[in-house]
Amino acid sequence: MLTGTIIYAIINSAILALTAIGFNLTFGISGVANFAYGAFYVMAAYGVWMLIHMAHLPYPLAVLISISLTTLAGALMYRFVIIRIKGQTLSEVIATFGIGLTVLELFRYFGFVGFEYTLPVFIDKSFMIGDAYVDAQRLLIVAFAVALIIVLWLFTHYTHLGLAFRGIAQDERTSLTFGMDPDRIARMAVAFGAGLAAIAATVIIPLGSISPEEGYDVLIKALAVCIIGGLGSSGGVIIASVVIGFAERFTDSYIGSHWTMIVSLAALLMVLVVKPSGIFGKQKELEERI
Amino acid sequence: MKTRKERIDRGIKARSQDIFALCSWREMLYLSGPRLLPVVICLLLPLILGVYWQKVLMSVAVFAILAISWDILSQSGMISLGQALFFGTGAYCAGIMNHYWGFSPLITLPLAAVFGGLISTVLLLPVLRLRGVYFSMVTLIIPLMLVRVIEATKIFGGTEGLSGMDPMPSAGFEVYLILIVFLAVLFGFRRLMDSDYGLVLKGISDNDRSVINAGINIYWFKAQALFIAASIAAFAGAFMTHVYMFVGMPVFALDYSILPIAAAVVGGPGTLAGAAVGAFILVPLSELLRGIGGLRIVFYGVFLVVCIVALPEGIFHYMERKYHQFERWVEVEK
Amino acid sequence: MSTPLLETIRLSKSFGGVQALLNVSFSLRQGELLGVIGPNGSGKTTLVNLITRFVKPTSGKVLYRGNPIHQLPPHKIVRLGIARTFQMVRPFYQLPAFKNMIIPLYSPRAKGLVGGRYGDRDAMALDLLEEVGFERDAFVAYKPAGALPQGYLKRLELAKAIALQPDLVILDELFSGLSLAEVASIVPIIEKMRIQGKTIIMIEHRLRELFRIADRVIVMNYGSKIADGSPDSVMEDEAVKCAYLGSETDSGD
Repeated sequence: MLTGTIIYAIINSAILALTAIGFNLTFGISGVANFAYGAFYVMAAYGVWMLIHMAHLPYPLAVLISISLTTLAGALMYRFVIIRIKGQTLSEVIATFGIGLTVLELFRYFGFVGFEYTLPVFIDKSFMIGDAYVDAQRLLIVAFAVALIIVLWLFTHYTHLGLAFRGIAQDERTSLTFGMDPDRIARMAVAFGAGLAAIAATVIIPLGSISPEEGYDVLIKALAVCIIGGLGSSGGVIIASVVIGFAERFTDSYIGSHWTMIVSLAALLMVLVVKPSGIFGKQKELEERI
Repeated sequence: MKTRKERIDRGIKARSQDIFALCSWREMLYLSGPRLLPVVICLLLPLILGVYWQKVLMSVAVFAILAISWDILSQSGMISLGQALFFGTGAYCAGIMNHYWGFSPLITLPLAAVFGGLISTVLLLPVLRLRGVYFSMVTLIIPLMLVRVIEATKIFGGTEGLSGMDPMPSAGFEVYLILIVFLAVLFGFRRLMDSDYGLVLKGISDNDRSVINAGINIYWFKAQALFIAASIAAFAGAFMTHVYMFVGMPVFALDYSILPIAAAVVGGPGTLAGAAVGAFILVPLSELLRGIGGLRIVFYGVFLVVCIVALPEGIFHYMERKYHQFERWVEVEK
Repeated sequence: MSTPLLETIRLSKSFGGVQALLNVSFSLRQGELLGVIGPNGSGKTTLVNLITRFVKPTSGKVLYRGNPIHQLPPHKIVRLGIARTFQMVRPFYQLPAFKNMIIPLYSPRAKGLVGGRYGDRDAMALDLLEEVGFERDAFVAYKPAGALPQGYLKRLELAKAIALQPDLVILDELFSGLSLAEVASIVPIIEKMRIQGKTIIMIEHRLRELFRIADRVIVMNYGSKIADGSPDSVMEDEAVKCAYLGSETDSGD
């Protein structure tokens, strides 16, 4: 039982991390809290489904196209909506929220709800580890999460664009003086975030089915992980995912499955009381603004 | 010949400034009309509407209160994506008090308002010190999390909720109660936000270091604004519990969070009257659109985005401007 | 010798890798007018931010009337009687000038002035603004703050500080952006504050105007205090001359 729980906890943490990374990246770099994040996640999944079932494209191609389209959608959202209101928190929040809402409810309205909306798993096998059955897809998720984190780390430390991202994240004004265009970088940050949501979707959705509800769930999870870990901090996201992932799984195994959400909520409230800016949060309140 | 648009105050506005308003009936009517008209309409409408539209009117008043609550928070620098949190907390407080302890609605309503407000304020106290986005995020996810918690732990009736609440003394009482509360909230808090106290709140939203520099504890003031807004929203929730004689998970639904924002944004953020106007437009509209089901929310979403990007002024400001000023084309002087 | 009104003891602040202030210690007696000068970036505003606790010190202490204040939240420090103006003046631009005074008059420090009756704040605001030179008969105080020239905006800042009835007033570059005539018209207001017994710290770049009224001057450079004395003695100081003009070895041969 213990090995099984630990394995599933690792998997759960990987899922949470994958889900939250995109949102965290967008916010950390451009300061835009993309409340349409859940919508991009679901959009990508539906995109793959439609490409497979209506355009009859092979699975890998469908995945690639869908991810690209979602990334493009993110850039477009920035270019046409966010750029007009960037900096005004109220408008940003409402606009992204409104867009996310519209997209998700549109899917619901057009009837994209039902058990037939699933994506096939990549490899259809199961393994026995210790005393627990683990299917290949779940293991893939862990591998994916680790790989993605490493790739992102390398990207932000060794490529021009990645370093530009970090520069703007640390100090927008100074980066401006180095000739970096904050609008362009912000657009890419939003697009990247959307793309990461899409990647997460294509790997995780095969575990269940696609539904607009997922959009809200994903947003909640991403927000919770980011708040607990500290908005803008990748290290925080990882630690928070591990903490919540393990807490949820162990609660599920040893106490009862209906307590998992309470544990998450309790973790969130605890963080808010003890260190509201998150485990690795860098919200310096007043200091930043003088 | 080039022309430009010129906006000038109407003559009657200039004539009715300060004490000169007492000059004649016309001036007094000019000033008091826009305030008395909604009051009179609100008080008369229940008498002429049928039962169905009376229910709609109640809904309008409830959402108007939620929208006003949202606007108070937004003027104080806190953007709430979770009016449902306050609404639901108030609803459950009233439901619990009535179901388990048998308090009558006349007692549960005020108590639920206060306790609902207190609980919500305490929950949100830690994020008041952080950047505004945190407040938005936390208000968004806590009600959604609470829904799942209730579903999972089955407390307070779980998915079935609590039913069999006591109704209010009469249908007429219901309608008039909510309308009077709405009017009181609208005019009362409008007065508050226009006063020096409101100026401090708006100052905190605009330039908080300036307010700190005056020796004012901005977090205490923010907490006060939060308590006020949360309490009135909680009252609305408690009210609905007794109207439907039921409280359950749906009180934390996104609907109660989104519509108030849409109403305030469409009607004109920054004035409580705008929020009310927005509710008066959107709620009946949503009733009429009931036929198209889920598309309704799509409609709100689109409406919301278009308004916030293209017409941030809002309908109320537009009306206000028209009432006080007129426009004309004049020649551009050389 | 009574305790100094304000004392800083080895006050330091580093922002990440940047050492903005290093071991700055000085003391201030009641009724003094202390000038703080130094090249740009020498840490003058950081020093004020630390005293008023808008920023947390990395190490060191600040004592006010002998009591440590460096752990208190900024609004409490204001309530103890310390008021400051900001270098970057940011009023509420759409509001009339006198409405800008309402928030300071709402402060607990302004209780004596306002008298507790509703509506008195407007009248008090107009009175205070008149005292700093807002001509009453020209209704200057009713103009939106965004329409006022810099001289009036600086005076508005000063009035906001005075409204708090402070014992210690810290003026951060009050004279910057003002013409000689405007400076000359503000100096009497500062003199009046001194006569009323207030202690004043002035951060300035306008040395000539400052030296006429300052009792003592501190010179900052690269986050450290390099001189502390009367205006004349400070101007003779070699280190000070180096800081402003550069030394002979700096000419880069």
